[in-house]
Amino acid sequence: MSSKPLKQIHLAAHFPGVNNTTVWSDPAAGSHIDFDSFVHFAQTAERAKFDFLFLAEGLRLREQGGQIYDLDVVGRPDTFTVLAALAAVTERLGLTGTINSTFNEPYEVARQFASLDHLSEGRAAWNVVTSWDAFTGENFRRGGFLPREERYSRAKEFLATATELFDSWDGTEILADSDSGAFLRDARAGAFAHQGQHFDIEGHFNVPRSPQGRPVIFQAGDSDEGREFAASSADAIFGRYGTLDEGRAFYADVKGRLAAYGRSHDELKILPAATFVLGDTDAEAHELAHEVRRLQVSGQTAIKYLEHVWNRDLSGYDPDGPLPDIDPETGENTVALGRASVRQFRDPLETARQWRALAEAKNLSIRELVIATTSGQTFVGSAATVAEQIDTLVQADAADGFILVPHITPGGLDVFADTVVPLLQERGVFRTEYAGTTLRDHLGLAVPEAAVPQAPTGRQAAGA
Amino acid sequence: MSSSPPASGFTSASSESLHLAVALDGAGWHPAAWREPDARPGELFTARYWADAVAEAEAGLLDFVTFEDSLALQSSSADGPDGRTDQVRGRLDAVLTAARIAPLTRHIGLVPAVTATHTEPFHISKAIATLDHVSRGRAGLRIQVSQPGYEARHFGRRAVPLPDTESYQEAADHIEVIRRLWDSWDDDAEIRDVATGRFIDRDKLHYIDFEGRHFSVRGPSITPRPPQGQPVVSAATTAAGGGGAAYGLIARSADVGYIAAADADGARAAVTEIRQARESAGLSAQPLHLFADLTVFLDEDAPAADARRSRLDALAGAPYSSDTAVFAGTAAQLADLLQDWRTAGLSGFRLRPGALAHDLPAITRGLVPELQRRGVFRRAYEADTLRGLLGLERPAGRYAVHPAA
Ligand SMILES: Cc1cc2nc3c(=O)[nH]c(=O)nc-3n(C[C@H](O)[C@H](O)[C@H](O)COP(=O)(O)O)c2cc1C
Repeated sequence: MSSKPLKQIHLAAHFPGVNNTTVWSDPAAGSHIDFDSFVHFAQTAERAKFDFLFLAEGLRLREQGGQIYDLDVVGRPDTFTVLAALAAVTERLGLTGTINSTFNEPYEVARQFASLDHLSEGRAAWNVVTSWDAFTGENFRRGGFLPREERYSRAKEFLATATELFDSWDGTEILADSDSGAFLRDARAGAFAHQGQHFDIEGHFNVPRSPQGRPVIFQAGDSDEGREFAASSADAIFGRYGTLDEGRAFYADVKGRLAAYGRSHDELKILPAATFVLGDTDAEAHELAHEVRRLQVSGQTAIKYLEHVWNRDLSGYDPDGPLPDIDPETGENTVALGRASVRQFRDPLETARQWRALAEAKNLSIRELVIATTSGQTFVGSAATVAEQIDTLVQADAADGFILVPHITPGGLDVFADTVVPLLQERGVFRTEYAGTTLRDHLGLAVPEAAVPQAPTGRQAAGA
Repeated sequence: MSSSPPASGFTSASSESLHLAVALDGAGWHPAAWREPDARPGELFTARYWADAVAEAEAGLLDFVTFEDSLALQSSSADGPDGRTDQVRGRLDAVLTAARIAPLTRHIGLVPAVTATHTEPFHISKAIATLDHVSRGRAGLRIQVSQPGYEARHFGRRAVPLPDTESYQEAADHIEVIRRLWDSWDDDAEIRDVATGRFIDRDKLHYIDFEGRHFSVRGPSITPRPPQGQPVVSAATTAAGGGGAAYGLIARSADVGYIAAADADGARAAVTEIRQARESAGLSAQPLHLFADLTVFLDEDAPAADARRSRLDALAGAPYSSDTAVFAGTAAQLADLLQDWRTAGLSGFRLRPGALAHDLPAITRGLVPELQRRGVFRRAYEADTLRGLLGLERPAGRYAVHPAA
């Protein structure tokens, strides 16, 4: 055996949101809006000593064929507001929120995250995403103003600007000395000036430096630019590759990009999204996993999924029948709006060809084809098997840990906490107690130093 | 006590009953309040500080607390940072602070300030809807307009600030969008119909298709309709120079308006003007609470209150001035004043504690019992929602198709 020390696994819990992971028809499925659901979920994750809770974000209800999509869970609460409320009912759990860099402004988002970090005593993290489309933009006062090619250029400058704001207080300004009457050490607190392609702003940031210095930064895009953005600027990646080979390739690729930015391997954690199905035995779990897939991909869901690729109305097709023999409509996808998966299929004609070949070879119906080609459950088996799978992937550098998405809201995490976590602890690869109090502590990330505050410029100094 | 809101109108504990709110900001509204020995100025950026303040307000059965906020550093000057180091500077986001406190409280309303000028109504709508979800029906917001150019430069979206009237028009549009988004889901839109595989009934979700002068918003919201249907919208008249425009915003868009007036006659004049504007807008049938804002220094006897105020003035280096009346005296004197001003057509007051650590408990433990003795303030929370406390009905969604009665 090698003498390499065991890697410690990071675990997080993703409150299942708007997608077909959630089996909402299960009698055990509760509300996905009621605060009690979030409390239960967060407290389970904290009881299991998870690193953090994760919330996704969507800013427009999805539509397909000109109608609001009604087959999956629809609707979700506001990310910041839920996380701030959860800070009141948890003590150590990190609180990670997805917030878009296209439909927001740096001053407002930076102060929301700095506030969340104060209100949670150092547990805030920001998943910076870059959805840009005009469809989503219709909900915002400035509309869909960003061409796709500029999404990361804006995201990078957004994050750089927010960082300037976070760093505009170095943490030593507040004296609050009632005897001398000095609340601030000096009047430069919060001074900033940023001029760039997307933002030209100056003034004073009004939230003092927060316990973590800055929130932990996540990135979740998979394009080349997305990976580069993560390598340059993120503390962690919310990834999509939960299998050994794909995971290792992604891990090697992204970690390989770090050196160019003067960063070490440990400064960027790779945490793929993962699902799980547990049973008393492996066989039972596999049977259950098959059932869950059938519930997640109903006949209607399969047809709707196919429409993402075909870009046309396929409602007349029988999900239990063969794939359509007509070809996909190429060009801009006008059928499935606001769906990230659409972008996976860059060449729909080629995708259709491959799928037809697969369906023919294995004699698959539309529904069976969709079940076969969309990701199945990541971890399936008894608790012992799943603990082993997770540990193996992490030790093999396919990931640094996982962001788990249960298929039942909010109780689906309980069984994992009760059965898999103790086994990982026994293996010595997962904490039995929190060592620190902040999310940076949990992830082994240092608190960044504030950049040296700028000398005040003319107008800002005027009153001093 | 019944936990359901009164059926209609403004009668609650008694027809004489007052509504009381407290405006929370820093260590209190006097700029030297943070220097008081009990002020905890080093804790202003912790949740515990705000949780303690709101718990005190809730123990006093107050209707709600407001949280001040802005998208710039506090300043004593209208045209930019004043460079002062002797006053509290820095603030946490008010909506997040309110949300952080929500699970720790049960009855009291939570009303954060929100700046319409630089924010997206779509984001604000879902944030306040969510505050309503996490507080189980106790959310409101206080919309404000931001005029200073230095605040606009934090956003860089506009070369020059909008003129006053247009800023207020934009704020009215902002509120209109927020309200439509709250209604964009019918209460019963989530159906979880296993037989047809539909999670929602899409006919119960509505595009709002707002088209305004400064922006348009399509909808629907991504957050289901909040527990109160419409959380409580409030606005103040204090904005410098905003006078008539601010009155118009309250008249057209608010459930609660805060009036800054120097005396009862000033309050009466403002009430009359706002009520007239409400009528011209065709909204006189819609309930509107008008509260006066008052800054208070409360002590066992009047000389003690005066002395405390003077001592703080000396520390600050200038007498405290405010856009509101400033009261220094006893709880009984303040109760007299409130009952007197009340006749101006006010339904309540939003009190600004001069020094939070002293004046908030003086309100909850001195003023409140005094008002209770006089039979003009509740002795227990009679509702679980903020609308309920204010005697406001839960409105039906504007887009919902209602079966013929
Ligand atoms: C695992 C994963 C989760 C994501 N979650 C969200 C989300 O919650 N909200 C969102 O707007 N985009 C989300 N995205 C989209 C990406 O963050 C990104 O903005 C988008 O994919 C475009 O970037 P890309 O072309 O680099 O992938 C997610 C992407 C991945 C891979």
